[in-house]
Amino acid sequence: MFSLERWQEIFETIRKNKLRTFLTGLSVGSGIFILVILLAIGQGMQNGISKEFENDASNRISVWTGVTSESYKGLNPGRRIQLDNEDYDLAETKNIEQLEYKSGVYSRWGQMTSYKTENGSYRVEGVRGDYQFLENATLTTGRYINQSDINAFEKVAIIGNRVYQDLFKKENAIGEYIEISGVKFKVVGVYTDPGGEREENRIFIPLSTSQRVFNAGDKLRSLAFTLEKQNNFEAALAASEVFTAQLEADLKAKHIISPTDERAIRINNSLEGAKRIYDLIAMIKWFFWGVGICTIIAGVVGVSNIMLIIVKERTKEIGIRKAIGAQPISIIGMILHESIFVTAIAGFLGLIFSLFILEMVGPLIETDYIRNPQVDFQVAFITVIILVVAGAVAGFFPAYRASTIKPIEALRDE
Amino acid sequence: MIEIKDLHKSYKMGANSLHVLKGIDFEVADGEMIAIMGSSGSGKSTLLNILGILDEADKGTYHLDGKIIKNLNEKVAAQYRSKFLGFVFQSFNLISYKNALDNVAMPLYYQGVKRNIRTEKAMHYLEKVGLADWAEHLPNELSGGQKQRVAIARALASNPKVLLADEPTGALDSKTSYEVMELIQEINDEGKTILVVTHEDDIAHMCKRIVNLRDGIIIDDSTVKQVRAKSLENV
Repeated sequence: MFSLERWQEIFETIRKNKLRTFLTGLSVGSGIFILVILLAIGQGMQNGISKEFENDASNRISVWTGVTSESYKGLNPGRRIQLDNEDYDLAETKNIEQLEYKSGVYSRWGQMTSYKTENGSYRVEGVRGDYQFLENATLTTGRYINQSDINAFEKVAIIGNRVYQDLFKKENAIGEYIEISGVKFKVVGVYTDPGGEREENRIFIPLSTSQRVFNAGDKLRSLAFTLEKQNNFEAALAASEVFTAQLEADLKAKHIISPTDERAIRINNSLEGAKRIYDLIAMIKWFFWGVGICTIIAGVVGVSNIMLIIVKERTKEIGIRKAIGAQPISIIGMILHESIFVTAIAGFLGLIFSLFILEMVGPLIETDYIRNPQVDFQVAFITVIILVVAGAVAGFFPAYRASTIKPIEALRDE
Repeated sequence: MIEIKDLHKSYKMGANSLHVLKGIDFEVADGEMIAIMGSSGSGKSTLLNILGILDEADKGTYHLDGKIIKNLNEKVAAQYRSKFLGFVFQSFNLISYKNALDNVAMPLYYQGVKRNIRTEKAMHYLEKVGLADWAEHLPNELSGGQKQRVAIARALASNPKVLLADEPTGALDSKTSYEVMELIQEINDEGKTILVVTHEDDIAHMCKRIVNLRDGIIIDDSTVKQVRAKSLENV
């Protein structure tokens, strides 16, 4: 099978039959090429969509309030519901076992902030130390808010990367004082957020400080929680749904809101959103796999077809070869060897070419929904093998038939 | 060398069966040069194909070089063909994408001869048929006579015991025919057993023995005085 003589014979045949070889190679190579590109786009879409939902903790549960839309227990609709520290304490003490991170939030939009001659308008949020993880923020330098800041009403600030660039122009910010709405805060940290500029355009200060500085008493704008990790997604989703329902019922009872009122208390469970996204990603993945497998099938059919034609075309030659002493096995070997060689080379050329294209074009794609398109090399490699084997199997049967027909019949074939 | 007894062969043509050979008894000794003659349909090509193990008889026995040829599988048949037989066809049957040298070398490839020895031997046989200068040419660049000479060189390359020629001059004009026959006579002079199927009287008389077939039986089997092709070429 691997004798030098056979290789010489194969190369000669290929050299003398360039068109045939080219067409076989083209069908295999293009099949692989299309498959790899499709899988890469699928992966790219998956990456892009995942990225879109990375800006907060994936299991974050947020609570906001609004205006009641239904009358309940003698109270008119249109009542504004205000959260306060009591609500937070209620949620915390009742669920302390299963909460991972938790924070109340008191925030103000558009606060004039200045450092020396630079100034800007930013959203300022009073939070607890856990909020870093609820926001999925990473500190580039310094520290985040801690419990002693909260207890001592410290005037410290953690600024977003964007704020840092605006105000400090890459100078050192740690230990410097910025002025927020006329009050001086000491910068103790700078953070980045996978959500990008929109999320880095904020300043975090201790919750207690913000309530005092903005004269808010014990009011809260919103609550944010994550639950302890579960072993699997389904368990996590179930736990979060139970928690969410319970929390909603508790808050509605406390604020005297109709259980059917959907506007007064709004709870956003990221996991539910995440589930939809994962389902969507899975769908996209299946879709591209489906298309990819169809492409492979088309490729296999194409290769089989070409192999049938090649054997048919070579029937007379096979007859001649047999008349001058070729063994049937050497006829089968010759045809299979050639087909495997051609499909393998073409398949890997298609693979390399498509990977090259991905490498060149991939980084240039700048849409939110396709990011970093790439393909699992192993998958692509296995696909090439499948195509080569399929080509060999498809070639074997006509080759076998040709090798068993009597040379006299093969010779008669015109 | 060849010994056949009571050989029968029939072909199925739809519902009808065509009885082509109806009991052939026939012996060939070493070094003979025999013409098998007959009109078309007499069964002469069928006989040659059976002798060449390209086809199989329905009934009767066939011994080639002392070995019985019966119910061979393709593998053994291929071995025997490679070892004992060389073929020359009316339509040359050269492989179109291989040059003259590679065509001649092919039987040696199937005998497992190394490439450099193969090329050397093939060149030797090409020289023998006077086509050394045409070694690198493809079949479609050669004339009919040249193609047939390449085919003869190929048949000789494996050094077979018997050379089987099916209408070797059927596609050639008479001058070229005589040149080809002269070559075949020379090969016979060297001791090779040769069977030539032909329907041309002049070609048949260039052999040493003529076997006449009609309707699947031998009607005449006689030794003749060989006419040398060379003496006719200049006429």
